[in-house]
Amino acid sequence: MGAGIIEQERFTCALGAMQSVVAIPKALPILHSGPGCGDNVSEFFSRNKGYAGGSTVPCTNFSEKEVVFGGINKLRELLENSYKILDSDLQVIFTGCTAGIVGDDVASVAEEFRDQGKPVVYVESPGFKSNNFVAHSAVVNAIIDQYVSGFENESTFRSRKNTVNLFASIPYQDLFWKGNLAEYKRLLEAVGLEVNILFGSESKGVKEWQQIPEANFNILVSPWYGLPIVEHLKDLYGQPFLQYPNMPIGANETEKFLNAVVAFAIENGADINELAVRKYLKKEDAAYYAEIEELATFLLEFRYGLPGYVHIIHDASYVLGLSKFLLNETGVIPKEQFIVDDTPEKFQQKIADELQSISEKRDIEVFFLPDAGRAQEKIKSLSHRGKGLIIGSGWDKKLADDRGFDFINAALPTDYRMVLNANYVGFSGGLRLIEDIYSGTLSKFA
Amino acid sequence: MSQIDLSIPEVSIREIRLGSITGYQGTAEDLVEKSCCGHPGNRGRGFSQCAGCSISKAACMVSLIQDAAVIIHGPVGCSSCLHEFEFTYLVNANPRRGIKDPTTRRMYSTNLKETDTVYGGARKLAAAIREVNERTEASAIFVLSSCASAIIGDDIESVCDEAEAEIGKPVVAIFCEGFKSTVWTTGFDAGYHGIVRKLVKPPVQKRKDVINVINFWGSDVFTKWFEPFGVKPNLITPFSTVDGLGHASEAIATVQICPTLGSYLGAALEQEFGVPEIKTAAPYGIIQTDRWFRELGKLLGKEDVAEEVIHQKKEEYLPKIEELRKKLKGVRAYVTAGSAHGHALLNIVGDLGMEAAGASVFHHDPKFDSGFEAADLLSRRVKDYGDVPNYNVCSKQEFEFVNVLNRIRPDILLARHGGITLWAAKLGIPALLVEDEQANMGYEGLVNYGEKVVDALENDEFVKNLSKHAINPYTDWWMEQSPDMFLKEAKKKEVV
Repeated sequence: MGAGIIEQERFTCALGAMQSVVAIPKALPILHSGPGCGDNVSEFFSRNKGYAGGSTVPCTNFSEKEVVFGGINKLRELLENSYKILDSDLQVIFTGCTAGIVGDDVASVAEEFRDQGKPVVYVESPGFKSNNFVAHSAVVNAIIDQYVSGFENESTFRSRKNTVNLFASIPYQDLFWKGNLAEYKRLLEAVGLEVNILFGSESKGVKEWQQIPEANFNILVSPWYGLPIVEHLKDLYGQPFLQYPNMPIGANETEKFLNAVVAFAIENGADINELAVRKYLKKEDAAYYAEIEELATFLLEFRYGLPGYVHIIHDASYVLGLSKFLLNETGVIPKEQFIVDDTPEKFQQKIADELQSISEKRDIEVFFLPDAGRAQEKIKSLSHRGKGLIIGSGWDKKLADDRGFDFINAALPTDYRMVLNANYVGFSGGLRLIEDIYSGTLSKFA
Repeated sequence: MSQIDLSIPEVSIREIRLGSITGYQGTAEDLVEKSCCGHPGNRGRGFSQCAGCSISKAACMVSLIQDAAVIIHGPVGCSSCLHEFEFTYLVNANPRRGIKDPTTRRMYSTNLKETDTVYGGARKLAAAIREVNERTEASAIFVLSSCASAIIGDDIESVCDEAEAEIGKPVVAIFCEGFKSTVWTTGFDAGYHGIVRKLVKPPVQKRKDVINVINFWGSDVFTKWFEPFGVKPNLITPFSTVDGLGHASEAIATVQICPTLGSYLGAALEQEFGVPEIKTAAPYGIIQTDRWFRELGKLLGKEDVAEEVIHQKKEEYLPKIEELRKKLKGVRAYVTAGSAHGHALLNIVGDLGMEAAGASVFHHDPKFDSGFEAADLLSRRVKDYGDVPNYNVCSKQEFEFVNVLNRIRPDILLARHGGITLWAAKLGIPALLVEDEQANMGYEGLVNYGEKVVDALENDEFVKNLSKHAINPYTDWWMEQSPDMFLKEAKKKEVV
């Protein structure tokens, strides 16, 4: 272990989870933090501000005075006036390092306002406490405990047999979160389920959050982050959960994912027309592989050099999902892989095993390096035959250029790619990624 | 009396040094008057939105030095903006500064965790400096403080001094924690304070042909401008080298493109090393450009060259400027900027025949470190072109800005910084963001900028369409209130 430093960070501090609130329609984050926290966090996410993020976010802007005397009164005044100035359905107070260290009792302020009937939630999120992969779960659980709980009725728990709550992409941290969440919803509806998607334009906002307890079960698509949410919901409402270890990209994984969901749903008493599911999957599969056949001619006959292997520098769900997809559906071989999401040690072995499980004939080495500068050093020291492909963040573009590799910018932070609602998840996501990879390759020729 | 004291590690903040404020609504003339007699009185707020951080301002002045490494001693979130400087560096290095092979910026977070806030982060920082020294070939390492490391009381200065002795290269502590100043441009001062304390060396030989230019990363217009005077620019601090900064003391003079940026560095170089500052403000607008060239000529003993340059420029550009004036006559422009660049834009508005409908600047410095009244562009603007109504110091408060913009409904928004420009488009108003501030200087700058304004006014289909579909989180109630409703009464402070 080195000094524990991080070069070229690929995630941000706990406060970054304010973007999870920005992603809920008409919800408002409120910061009890230093003056620069919101700005810094927004810049990490390339200024994507949703309904009321970015410069709209109310903030107590701690000065020396609040550091010395505490900032509770300022927070109270800020909240009162936030209701006058901004129109929102849910308010979530986040604490920064300053508030965390001086020990302001934010819980009491939130409670005061809740007692007046305001839909307000608070989360302890000083930057030193955790990162935004971890804090995302804390935010969701805080909303469940402090807001959703007000709408609970025990007799309705799990009453909607065909409804699921889905937890997958972390809003904004996943560059493709909007498109990916929309695609999950579309896919799950296609097999006969209803989905509380909770974030993004497909979400019905707070109304949907209020219905979380009524869902029959939960789906978590992630090898580690988000796990505290589905565990919490299991404790609260008795909802079982299905954990799928990676985002399903392309046909093989999407079918596997949907089959697992359907089996789990039936096991839990959902009413699913299995025949219709089979028909749907067969149709999607055929359409997908018709495109892969078009691709195959190109892959087999292009004369001027295509990427033969890939290094992915991304979070664990992406590294697994992309590796599985690329190996089987494009023939690009996953070489050394780099997971830069600060995966807690207890999950690492399982993730490494999962990655290894995708091929019986090759070793796929994986490095867990939140210090992505080290990942880059490692890549610089490696050499494999043929042309490489790097899938990573904006930081990795120059590395790819310097090595003469192809490059797909699919992670944060980035200043090199514009993403609105494109998706990499699902059948369509796989094809989209193929288009991105080979358009990138071809665009470099004369 | 100078407030620059390089014997102490921490920079004195702008509120104390300059009496800077972040809350005011009135007119430019009134603000100038109040500033002249000391502290204009700051108005606090009963509601506020995310402001800005000194860290990113300090970081932009040190991370773009070609051969520097930067460590932010804080949780990982404090370094979240750094990728933007990597982009800024790589994108501008060659086209604007002729650096053929720009290198990846070496930027680090000490990644402070909860246990560090209990036991202190000094050892972690010492280890980080060692590791960065091993990992890079940086000629100097900058260490930036954060709110967390400041409150837990890490002795950053001592750690840096010890590390410097150990690794044998400058390790510069910069104190720029966000909560310390409500004026985030204090971060520039903090960066410069560290640079002058640790990197700038006493002059070995004075170089009569070099003028320091304190700037960001705009195009280099100075090489060409200085040529007839037989001098060349030393552009600092972005894209300079650690060694080059060391020789900043040898220049014959210092100029700055913006006193909001360079106030502290210019004054510190003069105070410590006797490098005189050009007293008049940056050359934005015709009158100010003439003043600036004349003062440059005077300083170099080449008044005749200055007159010749001015004459030539007038001949070449005045007809084009006149054409633009015809097109822009009566256009109501609203300006938003950090501070002094707003004044610069207001000069340009005046010269191009537009009407200044108002301005929202992020903060106001009633004076500058040099103490020169001539450095104050706003007082010049008022004298040269007249008053500006609706002059607000807004601390980047979007809610005030939206309210005012909605009321005034100017024909165009002229902006210096990102963050709130979107609101013009939401209201169907064309907006023009300055992407290269140096390209707007002088006579040619007026033409360059004026043409862009004409284009922005002409090409308004996008904003007009967007405004029909825009989302507005602000309540109808707020849009109808007076924009200063949440500004509190100014507190009387002693005159600085």
